[in-house]
Amino acid sequence: MSVLMMIYIWALVISAFLCLYRIGMGPTPPDRTVAIDNLGTIVVGFCAFLSLFTGKDFYLNIGISWSLLAFVGTIALAKFLERRSFDE
Amino acid sequence: MSETIAYIMMTVGVLFDLLGCVGLVRLPDVYNRLQAATKCVTLGTCMILLGVFVLTGFTAMGIKALICMFFILITNPTSAHALARGSHKAGVPLWPGSVIDEYQEIQEKKS
Repeated sequence: MSVLMMIYIWALVISAFLCLYRIGMGPTPPDRTVAIDNLGTIVVGFCAFLSLFTGKDFYLNIGISWSLLAFVGTIALAKFLERRSFDE
Repeated sequence: MSETIAYIMMTVGVLFDLLGCVGLVRLPDVYNRLQAATKCVTLGTCMILLGVFVLTGFTAMGIKALICMFFILITNPTSAHALARGSHKAGVPLWPGSVIDEYQEIQEKKS
């Protein structure tokens, strides 16, 4: 099963790099914010696999707090974008 | 048997994550990207966490995976909704090929 686990981890790494591409190249600020939100959710998946690898359960605590912090950050950025006039 | 089910769930979850991120790169618009990426990545990560729960059972790790899944299922659609509303109010243009914009019509009707 360790080969399967490596395939999972590499698939998640590829998705994280696709999110990083969108963060870097996004033409508008909401694109970057969407990509940051997705990156946070993918990191939670990483935490689940890491806890399954090592057999320790405190990595899932990191996942829980990471998802809540990503939620707060995304809501703050969305409210910030709503106030700001955007012309391009 | 339950191990096989758990690995199938994790495979489906990782595939959903990967395809959601491909959609995030490939699609032309903020709203299309939001629609592809948020739903796929939410479901994919929830499937991974559910696979961890099925694999470990009612241990500390399994219960924490369930709590994490619950939080993701609540917070992620909420933040996607707020982002769509914020980017529409900020005036980010739609893709030229899109056919309908009901939120704009409602705003015009109100004012």
